[in-house]
Amino acid sequence: MSDTVQINLRVNGGDHTVVVEPRMLLSDVLRENLHLTGTHVACEHGACGACTVLVDGAAMRSCLLFAVQMDGSEVTTIEGVTPNEGMLNAFQQAMQDQHGLQCGFCTPGIVVSMTAYLADHPNPTDDELKDALSGNLCRCTGYQGIINAARQAAGLPTSSERAH
Amino acid sequence: MSTAVTAGRYVGQAVKRFEDPRLLSGRGRYVDDVQIPGMLHAAFVRSSIARGNIISLDTTAARALPGVHAVYTGADLNPRVRQFWHTMLGPPVELGGQSVYPPMLPLADGDVRFVGDPIAIIIADSRYIAEDAADLVEVEIEQLVPIMDVEISARNEQLVHRERTTNDVGSMEQPVVPEIEAMFAAAPHVVTRKFRQCRATNVPMEPRGMIAKYDRYAGDLQIWAATQSVSEWKATAARLTGLDEHRVRVIAGDVGGGFGLKMMMTRDEAAIVMAAHLLCDAPIKWTEDRRENLISANQAREETVEISMAVTADGHIMGAKLYIWEDVGSYPAGSGATASMAMGIFPGPYKFPVVLPGNTAAFTNTVGKAAYRGPWMMETVAREQMMDHVAREIGMDPIEFRRVNILHSEDLPYTNCMTMIYDKVTPSETMEQALEMLDVDAFRAMQTSARAEGRLLGMGMSVYLEPSAIAFGILASDQAIMRMDASGKVSVAMSTGNHGHSLETTIPQIVAEHLGCDIADVVLIQGDTSSSPLGPGTGGSRSAVIAGGAAQTASLRLKDKILQIAAHMLEAAPEDLEVGGSIVSVRGTPAKALPFGQIAAVAYMMPDMLPADMELGLEVTARYRPPGQFTWSNAAHVCTVEVDSETGMVKILRYIVSEDCGRMINPMVVEGQIAGGVVQGIGGVLFEYMPYDAAGNPLATTFMDYLLPSAPEIPDIEVGHIETLSDSIGGYKGMGEGGAIGSPPALANAIHDALAHLGVHPTNFPLGPWQILDLINAATADKR
Repeated sequence: MSDTVQINLRVNGGDHTVVVEPRMLLSDVLRENLHLTGTHVACEHGACGACTVLVDGAAMRSCLLFAVQMDGSEVTTIEGVTPNEGMLNAFQQAMQDQHGLQCGFCTPGIVVSMTAYLADHPNPTDDELKDALSGNLCRCTGYQGIINAARQAAGLPTSSERAH
Repeated sequence: MSTAVTAGRYVGQAVKRFEDPRLLSGRGRYVDDVQIPGMLHAAFVRSSIARGNIISLDTTAARALPGVHAVYTGADLNPRVRQFWHTMLGPPVELGGQSVYPPMLPLADGDVRFVGDPIAIIIADSRYIAEDAADLVEVEIEQLVPIMDVEISARNEQLVHRERTTNDVGSMEQPVVPEIEAMFAAAPHVVTRKFRQCRATNVPMEPRGMIAKYDRYAGDLQIWAATQSVSEWKATAARLTGLDEHRVRVIAGDVGGGFGLKMMMTRDEAAIVMAAHLLCDAPIKWTEDRRENLISANQAREETVEISMAVTADGHIMGAKLYIWEDVGSYPAGSGATASMAMGIFPGPYKFPVVLPGNTAAFTNTVGKAAYRGPWMMETVAREQMMDHVAREIGMDPIEFRRVNILHSEDLPYTNCMTMIYDKVTPSETMEQALEMLDVDAFRAMQTSARAEGRLLGMGMSVYLEPSAIAFGILASDQAIMRMDASGKVSVAMSTGNHGHSLETTIPQIVAEHLGCDIADVVLIQGDTSSSPLGPGTGGSRSAVIAGGAAQTASLRLKDKILQIAAHMLEAAPEDLEVGGSIVSVRGTPAKALPFGQIAAVAYMMPDMLPADMELGLEVTARYRPPGQFTWSNAAHVCTVEVDSETGMVKILRYIVSEDCGRMINPMVVEGQIAGGVVQGIGGVLFEYMPYDAAGNPLATTFMDYLLPSAPEIPDIEVGHIETLSDSIGGYKGMGEGGAIGSPPALANAIHDALAHLGVHPTNFPLGPWQILDLINAATADKR
């Protein structure tokens, strides 16, 4: 498998030329070649959503993409979704406020997915938020804090605000 | 809803987590994020046969592949192992100990014992090449009939471990006591049921992973690992290699969940250690993929419990017979068989005059049993379902049946019939709070009107006591090494192994509260044996009680020394001083004040300003052991569901928990732990199932087959709190496992309540759509 391909990627606003084997996954190129280790790999079969990145603005699973497919594309990872200078975006801040993470391993995928979703859907219903989260698995939180973070970021009442 | 003790400046407050910004921005540092120059990558060749003899093993082609540095088999690594056992269980009999588990070896050698058994390990320039080489290894295995059932295993006709004489791992015959037989014979009601859980697995989102590097010139072995306990890994790696413990350093950065899986070093991980020790000088990384995780990382919950309960005419429990069948797989890790623990806790929150226990625990040709969140929880799962089955059979409301038998505060302290001593617990209070939060009458009215429309609603509950902060053997204590540096900032190095527990926030809450400093001035250091003290790590719902107790004790010791120095500097008596916001001042004279930074500078650098004979510096240690072997916490869960009779789907309508974990350090974190546990328990009833076929093949090897709960299935979880202080320092109780213990029976009982009028009385998990439809169809057929 010594055949390699040179590709151009625009990642988080920076241009990169990388030489990869055609079989290299985008997730591996991001993590190993570009040292962007915020993109986590938790299933490698597209089921858990931890590796979600934006490709030309659309949320995609980087473990199901070959890097060579991305030649010429613009990729945004969790590092790029995060504002600079130690700040958090509105959904990230809501995740901290609502205890939407424990071990944090699934978190980058959830932040990327929901940041993109909320940008495209500024007025979702509660059920739509849960559906939007259905592509991301979390083993720690029971989704409570994540759903409440999505509600907070979408301007919907959280569970404590709507308590019985 | 809560019955709260007074919150402090920090303890009791929902302080937002300090660990969050780095984890939210992708700046966490999990083990697979670590890259070291010259690092090589490992992949395993695993058995596809559950039980068999290795006839031939040819690694020639794999070794010849460019980029492959080494291919090791059992013949290469196993003879180099000095000893391989876990501290909690102690050495096996063969090595002079008492553990009933066989001595482990990293790789299969001669025979294979489960599908996934590691046979060879490839070390290559990349994981891609290592996997290519793994495909080139040729293994021929003579297939034998696997032992897949614990009762068949217990007959010992065939052995899982051929070097042993038995498959048994601590079975205990159920005694026959004539007086109890007579009591059962005369009892107005005797009800017998058999409950089965289904095999499920921890599946932390971060799979297992590690890097090991042995530097033969330095003589040092360094390991970076996804582990709950760096101390345990250090001890195990030293035993494996024969290196002295102080030559081994284990580092855990951020760890992406464990739930018990990452407490002990398992065979795969030991193989990486031995490969690094043999290869020398090159760091070797292994990160398992999800298929490996679902096949070869340990699993749990393969348990069956039969209960016979004798009950008086008015619903008082007279006693029970209890039998537990437990499949520990081939290479159990962590707690191993848990029946003896489950027996002791089985009476739970009720007054059982007598329980006669017995159990069968045996090896099978499946992956080993893990310690999974509440490893002994079958006692609650079975008992709480049994409470509903008995109540229905004797014509009582399950709530009333519990009320008749539950422990009240006036019964405490209470020694249960298995000699467990309970105190400072509130089972009755939490049960009533949870029922009040539901409004039972309103639900029953809704259930009745729904049933008139042909809709199936049900409610279920469970009540349990959680033996948190288990404190014997290596688990008995945790240590805090606390330093205030010369600028007045505090670092506390602890034996904890945070993997999602928020300890970077809650330990500083305790320290800041009791030292009197700003919380931003405290940092927790953990997860590196070069700086963290010896301790068992984080597991067993221990960190709040035992690590928290150590942090609190150290804080008070450090504060005492700060006050002595300040009193000397301010020419005041220590008892006239007060502390707050990192400043010591004379009570009533706020102008006479010293910031911690000034005191600390004196403590290290101005010896002449210290009291005579005082040792320089501001460094203290505290090792805390709680007063009891268990610190009991308790909770009650109430759940309502709607079952779709056409599809068999269960929709959870409401989920309510009332819990008493003593003084809450951080209510937000408490509720997060409850929610996570509850949803894991829900998964184990409705979704998660790891079946094996008769040939020993695991059938759920991806997340498309092993189904985890996802956001749309989960309702808002409502939590009520009652805070009854424990006898431990601070009054804390552990509660990390409780959610996963209480939710399976509460949900199962709700499904039972929805279907009982149809003649459906479920006893087995999973209760997925087709199982529920089968139960409904069978009951309907019975009626015809």
